[in-house]
Amino acid sequence: MSDETTPSFDALEVGQVVASRTVEVTRDTLVRYAGASGDFNPIHYNDVFAQSVGLPGVIAHGMLTMGLAASVVEEWAGAGNVADFQARFTRPVPVPNPRAAILQITATVGALDHELRSARIDVTVECEGQKVLGKAQAVVPC
Amino acid sequence: MAVNPEAVGRTYGPFETYEVTRVKIREFADAVDARSGAHFYPEVARAEGYTDVVAPTTFAVVIAQQAEFHVVTDPEVGVDFSKVVHADERFTHHRPLVAGDVVTTTVTIESITQRAGISMVTTRAEIVDGDNAPVSTVVSTLAVREDA
Repeated sequence: MSDETTPSFDALEVGQVVASRTVEVTRDTLVRYAGASGDFNPIHYNDVFAQSVGLPGVIAHGMLTMGLAASVVEEWAGAGNVADFQARFTRPVPVPNPRAAILQITATVGALDHELRSARIDVTVECEGQKVLGKAQAVVPC
Repeated sequence: MAVNPEAVGRTYGPFETYEVTRVKIREFADAVDARSGAHFYPEVARAEGYTDVVAPTTFAVVIAQQAEFHVVTDPEVGVDFSKVVHADERFTHHRPLVAGDVVTTTVTIESITQRAGISMVTTRAEIVDGDNAPVSTVVSTLAVREDA
């Protein structure tokens, strides 16, 4: 919100990578997100249940993946400075046990609105080389 | 059970108020690896111009999903929750949520489209503050498999 934390619009260029992060998602991560969000769908913690509905096993909450992606943008944009964020959940993220699913999150300037002085930030989230979100776009006033 | 396309336009709520707290914001920020100090420390948030700690971008899902629950459990809508996957989500923030906000939510079924054995149910949750001023709009689409 303050000038100190808001990115400078004039310094941005389309195609510029503004932030990236590699995140390990484990079963612990899923339990923590379930508690924090109130989303206790058993496909996110119970392999037997997940397999009974046709999944390979436990998968991450789509909203966890989206939330992790948002955090990468928000750390750059400044807390509370992501005005809009959307995503499609195009591919499930299986989370093995033990070990982790590794998410590679990259935020790139997709477009600049010179009139509104806002940036569209396109976010990719890849797991094992495949994109798991579609049209993940944030709007950041600068 | 099949999704009833005539449920489009139904509105639910407003439901009981939701009070945004520092503890919940911190817990959610930890869960989504949000690292800005303004999610955790009131003095950092105040230095950035907020009245208290600020919620991460997707925190509003906590509030919206409570309201959406009324849609997916309405027998006249006909969603079989064991056949649901989340298709998409969008947050439009009219202002950031901060600790101390007391908000209410109204949710509307915006569209239902059916093809190839899948029903796409799109809801729009409008979160407003105590002065009835808009805070966040959360649009969510569930894909429901309609097995024979």
